[in-house]
Parts: sequence; C-alpha cells; structure tokens
Amino acid sequence: MVEFNLPANSKVGVGKTINAANGAKRVKTFKIYRWNPDDGQNPRVDTYVVDLDKFGPMILDAIIYIKNTLDSTLTFRRSCREGICGSCAMNVDGMNTLACLKAIDEVKGDVKIYPLPHMPVVKDLVPDLKHIYAQLASVKPWLQTQSPAPSRERLQSPEDRAKLDGLYECILCFCCSTSCPSYWWNGDRYLGPSILLQAYRWIADSRDEMTGERLDALEDPFRLYRCHTIMNCTKACPKGLNPAKAIAEIKKLMVVRR
Amino acid sequence: MANGSSRPLSPHLQVYRFQWTMALSITHRITGVGLVLGTLLLTWWLVAAAAGPEAFAKAQKFIGSGMGLLLLFGWTWALFYHLGNGIRHLVWDAGYALDLKNAELGAYIVAGASLGLTILAWIVGLAVW
Repeated sequence: MVEFNLPANSKVGVGKTINAANGAKRVKTFKIYRWNPDDGQNPRVDTYVVDLDKFGPMILDAIIYIKNTLDSTLTFRRSCREGICGSCAMNVDGMNTLACLKAIDEVKGDVKIYPLPHMPVVKDLVPDLKHIYAQLASVKPWLQTQSPAPSRERLQSPEDRAKLDGLYECILCFCCSTSCPSYWWNGDRYLGPSILLQAYRWIADSRDEMTGERLDALEDPFRLYRCHTIMNCTKACPKGLNPAKAIAEIKKLMVVRR
Repeated sequence: MANGSSRPLSPHLQVYRFQWTMALSITHRITGVGLVLGTLLLTWWLVAAAAGPEAFAKAQKFIGSGMGLLLLFGWTWALFYHLGNGIRHLVWDAGYALDLKNAELGAYIVAGASLGLTILAWIVGLAVW
C-alpha cells in the first residue's frame, strides 16, 4: 500500500558527531543511518568527519575505516569488496549501489548512507532480506526438466547461451528491487525487478522445460504486472543489467502465448 | 513493507534521489485521474447542450470563465501528456527503447511534446474562438 511517510517508530533523528579530521588535508563528512534494536530508540543519523588520506577510495573503505577506528558499533554487511558478492548493497548519495563499487569522489558534498530503501531494518545498514529471499524461492530459480536425464550434460548452442547474457550476471544484491516505487508500495505481492529478472533468466534458458508453468506462475496482476517501467531498477543496478527489459520480455511472452 | 515486528522501515522517498523517469511515471497516473475528472466536465457540457439553451448557457459561462479556461487548459495538457506517455508505454510493451538512454530520451520527448501540443492546440483554439 502507498504510504509516503515513515511509520512513527521509523522516523529518523539526529545522532552524534565524531570528528576525526584534525590536521587532515582532505576532509569528508559521512552521514550514516543508525538503528540499534536494543536501545528502544528511533533510528538516527550519525556524522563522522574523516581524513580521506587514511583509507582507500571506495565507500566501503570509508565505512570499514569508521568501524575499525571510530565506532565499532557501526553494522553493515560486506564480504568480497569487488562487486561480486552483493553484500554491501546500500543507499549511497540517494541511489542504491554496492559500497565497494562506489568511489567516494563520485559523491559531491556530504556522503549520506542509508540501508536499502523501504525494508525492515535489522541493525544500522543491515536490512531484513527474509521476504525477498522467499520471493526468490517462489520462482524456482533452478533448471527444471521433464525429459529423462541424458547420459551427459544438457547441451546448449552458443546462440542460446548468448540469450542469458545480461541475466546470469545478477548477484542478488537487491539494489534494483529496493529502488522500485512499485516494490515499495506492493512488495508484499509484487515480485520486484530482481526476482523477475531471475524468473526470466530461467524462462530464457533453452534447456529449461517448464517455461509454460513458469509463465503461469507469473500471470497475476501483482506478481508481474505491478511493473510500470519506472526504470529505477535499471538505473540502480551496479552490474549494469536491465531488469526493466527482462520484465518487458516476460510481458511480451505472456501476449505471444495467448 | 509492514513486517509485524518492531523493526523500523528504512527511509525510501525521503532519501531516494529524484529521477526524471520516476516523475513521468507518477505524472502519467495523475493525468489519468485528471482526465477522468475532466471527462465529467465534458459530460456536463454535453448533457447541458441536450437539456436546453438555458442549461447550455450556464455550462458555457462556466467553461468560458477564468476558472473554466484554466481547467480546460490543464485538461488539454493532461490529455496530450497521457497520450504521449501512452505511446511511450506501447513502444516499451513492444520491447523497444528499454535502455536507459532511450528511456530518458523518451521522457524528454513526451514532456516537451505535451507542452508543445497543448500550446499549439490553444493557439488554434483561441484563434477559432
């Protein structure tokens, strides 16, 4: 349902400021969303003023520096630091992206960091992904076949394999889904761009034999058709993929098979 | 989404950077609603024309008033905008122009064309009037 305002327990207040830029030549201010599940208070934005010469060039370098040296309570997910695990997805400077792929000098002025939008917050920059993982499972993101298993691999021509380019690269960081206003308002029933791109990845796979069933499962006013081609998903994708196009291809197949 | 727990909801519209394509999308819906209301005005005008000269004069007077003209101007723009963006959606539904560059180009074309056509329609309309 459309609710423009945040609920009372989610309104964001002003937090503390830590200035660690004494004598620094290159100073940058980071404003980071904080929420502690244990203190019973509302979320707040803490300010960290830091010396850019103390750490690497990426947003992730900055928040790791802040956690290690200024405030060990700062909580976020990270793992690979090279854009392949999808853990450090967050809202940086108003756009969803991976902290490890976003350079600090791309941000003019203060760096504002929030968790992925319109998600339940576990702590600080960590959103609860339970629901979206359940949605992923609902599209059965694996190869389904009916024909008997061959004695070797199920082969695919280079042309058919090429149809999966731009789909298989998705790392499930959910930058796209959480950038989508339709997913904000109807995320309980609308599958959202990331899950629909996953669904299309298997619909487009020449080896998959359950295309009809997959389309049946998506033929629903909410699951698929809440997409209004707002394009926030494609703009947000840190891997340069195009979920809007994948969704449009599913819609086309729905018409073709009538 | 509502999660039934004490977890806060992370900020969304409050923090997300303004996107042109986002604005066009919501404008499409707003103009759609506006067109429905405008159609009521049009229906009233037609019904008044059928009801007799007195009722028609009343409707004419309202539509010719400053307020009426303003509503009519807004309705004209809403019509051209909704039409143009509808065509943009048709192109998308055919599977074209879904890359970022063309999606933004389409946004500018629709926004520009809706304004241009509205002004053109009013120049023609006022000249005939």
